[in-house]
Amino acid sequence: MDDKGSLAAYLGRAALTYEPTEVQPGVFAMAMNTEDSLREYIRLFLRVPIIGSLTPLARIFDFVANAAPAVKEILAVGKLCYEVRERNYDIVIVDSEASGHFVAQVSAPDALATLVRIGIVADQTKWMSDLLHDPATSTVLAVVTPEEMPVVETIELRDRLSQATPIDFAGVVVNRMPNDIVTPASLHEVRQRAAAAGPGATIATTGAVAAWLADRRASAESHARRLAETFELANVETITEASALVETPAQVTDHVVAELQRILQEHS
Amino acid sequence: MSQPTSAPNTATSAPPLDAQVVRLLGESKMIIVCGPGGVGKTTSAAALGVAAARHFDKRVLVLTVDPAKRLATALGLAALGNVEVPVQVALARGSLTMAMIDTKSSWDDMIRRHAPNETIRDRVLANDLYKTLTSRFVHSHDYVVTERLFDARESGKFDLVIVDTPPSRSALSVLDAPRRMQQFFGSRLLKLLTAPTQSRLLSLASRPFFIVADRILGAAFLSDIAEFFTLFRTMEAPIVARASRVGSLLSDTATSYVVVTSAEPIALNEAGYLVSELRQRRHRLEAVLANRLVPAALANGATARAEHLAASTEPLLASLANAEREIATVAAREQQALRRIREWGVDVLVSESRGGDITDIDSLLALGEAVHRR
Repeated sequence: MDDKGSLAAYLGRAALTYEPTEVQPGVFAMAMNTEDSLREYIRLFLRVPIIGSLTPLARIFDFVANAAPAVKEILAVGKLCYEVRERNYDIVIVDSEASGHFVAQVSAPDALATLVRIGIVADQTKWMSDLLHDPATSTVLAVVTPEEMPVVETIELRDRLSQATPIDFAGVVVNRMPNDIVTPASLHEVRQRAAAAGPGATIATTGAVAAWLADRRASAESHARRLAETFELANVETITEASALVETPAQVTDHVVAELQRILQEHS
Repeated sequence: MSQPTSAPNTATSAPPLDAQVVRLLGESKMIIVCGPGGVGKTTSAAALGVAAARHFDKRVLVLTVDPAKRLATALGLAALGNVEVPVQVALARGSLTMAMIDTKSSWDDMIRRHAPNETIRDRVLANDLYKTLTSRFVHSHDYVVTERLFDARESGKFDLVIVDTPPSRSALSVLDAPRRMQQFFGSRLLKLLTAPTQSRLLSLASRPFFIVADRILGAAFLSDIAEFFTLFRTMEAPIVARASRVGSLLSDTATSYVVVTSAEPIALNEAGYLVSELRQRRHRLEAVLANRLVPAALANGATARAEHLAASTEPLLASLANAEREIATVAAREQQALRRIREWGVDVLVSESRGGDITDIDSLLALGEAVHRR
């Protein structure tokens, strides 16, 4: 939904378009584009195919989509709901916009329903809301890095979401958990040796490196604990940060897939 | 309040600021901080604000225009509302104020300020379409930013305004809002929507649009839209004048832009895109701030230390080789990222990761003071 091209990179593509591409057998990917979504909408529901190519429509669209705030949200969410309703795929996974924008986007059909009570849009916001409110069909999964601000934002997100729309909230996954490279025992030992050697010794720098990595890990663990407590979970699922040796987006994808397999195995 | 000066603090208790940071904080009247999501943009904006208040005799406002409440978290505050909150900075030469934008309250303030009379004001505030647009749709946020930036700069209350924008391309949407607001009032569609019903139906040019719009939205909603925009149009003159002024301020030479990024390839791609878009809009890009880098004191010599440790027969030392190797690899990748940023032809500022969280004024100050050119 947030068209900055990163999904394409992770899937090993130069770019994604509104037209879905099969990136792996059985896996299709597309990038949301609200102008294409409007064209498709007019063609499907108003049966006015020619209008999509007329310049005045493009101009009107440009104005409406940019000036009238509701339009972009509803066109994006509408396209997703349409794909689900038509059962074009077994599962639709949405890489949503950042949390500041997400609530407005996912609750757009509810908001529009309070404004438009008759007409085609009124009918359509109804079935979109029904799909989004059904916990057997739709759910929200929050992905968060183990840092102060993203964690606070995720807790707020769940609260704001529950106030705006009755969509199911599946839970939270912590991504990029720093690797546990330095054990408490080795940190203690290296600190003692560094203190004995005095400032400027090589072991003192290694001690500082070990302390820096250990602090980073401890801080991340405390944020994961806070999430688990807030969401009343025994523990949150954690995807470990890829080693620094992992460089390309495709390698990052492989790493995350391996981590997901590990999590699934732990639960099987 | 004494007169602002761009001379930095020379008190011995304050560590010296990097020359480029002195120029940025000393010469700018507005600093727009933008960048990809999750790279520490809000913290960087707050840190620059704290450093500016500490080192310069300036009245500094840090304004977050991001709908997420990150700034309050960065300051260790429970919440920040629409009102400006003074923040105490120890030994500050200037003063620091923080604020965020509550969309609904800001829209209401704008209507109260610009409505030509009480009847129109009350009708707009009670209009269902107005209420929904201003409280539930995120892009309505962009428009009130224009109003707040105007107030912040033109009120004479602040010498430096640091603006924390929403992530990635949403920042551009905020920057383009003044122009869109002007276009909106000049648009043919607005004239159509606010034309009397009869002339709408009689107009050959507008009939197809209304036939389609009526089928999609229903006549009742169209009528609500027409009423709302007719009322809104009575405020055209002051709103357009302010949008035009803010548009000029955004391109002013006293307005600097800083793009914050991490060293990760995907964040860099997005930062590169923002750099090119800011240039296209002819905004003054002061620097790209590469954030959360491994401290140079740890990175320097890490490879040699790793090799030395790996050769050790002591299990403890051999195990620490992994830690050094990790730091060395991250640092090498960061160097690559810095080279890539320099290829964009911009100055590079860096901020090193301090480990742990930044959630109070002292740690923000330390962060702001440590930003330096590399």
